[in-house]
Amino acid sequence: MEPKPRMLAILDVVTTLLFLTAVGMVFFYAPLEAIMGQVQRVFYFHVANAWVGMLGFMVAAIAGIAYLRKNDRKWDIVGLAAIEISFVFFLTAIISGSIWARGSWGTWWTWDPRLTTAAICELVYAAYFMLRQGIEDPDRRARFGAVYAILSFISVPLTFISIRIFRTIHPVIFGGAAASGSSFEMSPKMLQTFMFSLLTFSIIFIDLLWHRIRLGKLADETEALRLKTLQ
Amino acid sequence: MLMITVRKLVKRFGLKTVLRGMDFSVEPGEFVALLGPNGAGKTTFLRILSSLSRPTIGLVSIAGYSLPNQAAAVRRRLGVVSHLPLLYGDLTAEENLRFYARMYNVALAEKRISDVLEMVGLAPRRRDLVRTFSRGMQQRLAIGRAVLHDPEVMLFDEPHTGLDQDACLMLDTVLREVAVRGRTVVMTSHDLARVADLASRFDVLSRGVIAASVQRSQIEPNDLLAFYRQTLNEA
Amino acid sequence: MESLPQAEDKLGTNGSTLGVGQFIRSVTAIIWKDLAAELRSRELLSAMLVFALLVILIFNFALELDAATRSSVTAGVLWVTFAFAGTLGLNRSMAMEKDRGCLDGLLLAPVDRTAIYFGKAIGNLIFMLIVEAIVLPVYSVLYSVNLFNPGLLLVILLGSIGYVAVGTLLSSMAIQTRTRDVLLPVLLFPLIIPVLIAAVKGSTGFLQGVDVADIRPWINLLLVYDVIFIAVAFMVFDYIVEE
Repeated sequence: MEPKPRMLAILDVVTTLLFLTAVGMVFFYAPLEAIMGQVQRVFYFHVANAWVGMLGFMVAAIAGIAYLRKNDRKWDIVGLAAIEISFVFFLTAIISGSIWARGSWGTWWTWDPRLTTAAICELVYAAYFMLRQGIEDPDRRARFGAVYAILSFISVPLTFISIRIFRTIHPVIFGGAAASGSSFEMSPKMLQTFMFSLLTFSIIFIDLLWHRIRLGKLADETEALRLKTLQ
Repeated sequence: MLMITVRKLVKRFGLKTVLRGMDFSVEPGEFVALLGPNGAGKTTFLRILSSLSRPTIGLVSIAGYSLPNQAAAVRRRLGVVSHLPLLYGDLTAEENLRFYARMYNVALAEKRISDVLEMVGLAPRRRDLVRTFSRGMQQRLAIGRAVLHDPEVMLFDEPHTGLDQDACLMLDTVLREVAVRGRTVVMTSHDLARVADLASRFDVLSRGVIAASVQRSQIEPNDLLAFYRQTLNEA
Repeated sequence: MESLPQAEDKLGTNGSTLGVGQFIRSVTAIIWKDLAAELRSRELLSAMLVFALLVILIFNFALELDAATRSSVTAGVLWVTFAFAGTLGLNRSMAMEKDRGCLDGLLLAPVDRTAIYFGKAIGNLIFMLIVEAIVLPVYSVLYSVNLFNPGLLLVILLGSIGYVAVGTLLSSMAIQTRTRDVLLPVLLFPLIIPVLIAAVKGSTGFLQGVDVADIRPWINLLLVYDVIFIAVAFMVFDYIVEE
């Protein structure tokens, strides 16, 4: 079992620093938003989380295509890692979105396209995990996982568009116009905080992904050793 | 030219290796009985030969066409009988054959279907649903399905499974008259008695490779069992 | 690649087994087989039909389907019904192949894998359309709603195509897992949400006599969905059935 590579150790430190800075920026650097108050600060992390969630999904779909073409196990590990992490990020996005909705409009949920699509993505991931769980053969598990990741990744934009059109014809009842997205002006400081959050979370994603891929490889090695001792 | 050539075949399922660099070749017209205990990899090997499964590493070629790249050409020349009949229960015997005749693009299909039904002794039951057939009859119809397109190579995966003594004898007759004549055959079995009279060569698959091979002419029928046991013990 | 035709009167295979002719022949053979088997046993259709009618009946008690709300709710009720009854059909259709190892029989045939997909998918579509063709008049009669609207029928056709295109793909995966039937709705429903939304909105639009220009986006969405997923199915099916 090889020790943690130096790059990864450095990345861990960088990630932690970035995160602390981002938190600091959100609470102290960014100005207080006039209408929504403190609750608005959720916005910075909420969008970053959702963005990273989508990134994870895309990585999984690409890893899926790569696995089908190259038949190399490492792509399966990447795909699974990306979806696991994306699952958590979307969950955080949904929860922070819910908090924001509660703080701004008094409801725990708005059926706005982005939040709804995120929820659907979570269900897709749950289905993905259930699919993998029901297959014994590792090759088939990887293949089916890859196929489902690709199929679901294609359906998500279509889902988003369909909910979008749905919304424009039937506007949201709760919260009025503000519910359908960020409707406040962003001052330069806000923008900076926002972009920095995006960057931070992207780095967090890469860091976690790397760790998870390592974990997957170690699991494989362990399994190989176990099989060797059995025979 | 060899009908079947297998070189250094490796098959892995995830991290588990089932076939470890097998070498195997069959001359045209040979009948090879592939023996081995349960779990040795006989079914896996046959699935690779029948193009249902891909080799992880190694070369496989049948009738001059290589797998998996030229799989379609190989399939046309293969007839496969496994222990599952591969038949539709809700269709009649002749409807089943008609379906496969279409899938294999068999010429003069109706006549061929009638002939095949005669050959396997199921002509009187041609309009009956396969659901109502006994296991022995289903296997005979399965052989009919397999020879419908007149393949050069026949693969059998433990075809006697689940048959009683009478059904076995009937199956053997059909095998001798219909399936085997003029074709190259590989038949797996874990029961030596089943193949002792049919095969011209006996190979033993053990621990993922061919552990031993002996021609019928080189060995007394009575010694076959001893030979088989000894091979397994040594492996 | 084999592409030279051989003598027609020789016993055995003739012509190309990889060409378009054989593709179409295989697809039709599979469709005929499914229809013939179903005609005999009638298991699939009766299960789907009874289920669909029961669901409609339950909706009568679960929702207030009085005259006023009826037009806005009809499309939703119908599509929920079709979506659930559809999974029965998809499962049964694939289970028939898994039974007695017939899927291997299909895979052994010297024909392009996607022919199997198209054969099964079109078969599934036909069964779904049959069920819809019976459910629609029944609903019409029970709730005095006129459902013989060409626009509505178009939407139902397009929606069914999308549903079946993805459903056949996923059921061929689900049937190879340990959990089998149970897994299909879980896999399928998140992916067909665009179909459901577009179909319900489009159907409601036609039922309420909304201006066609407003319904256009939904029809376009259905078309795009259908085209994309049929194309993707083409590319991906091989990986689902090969080992």
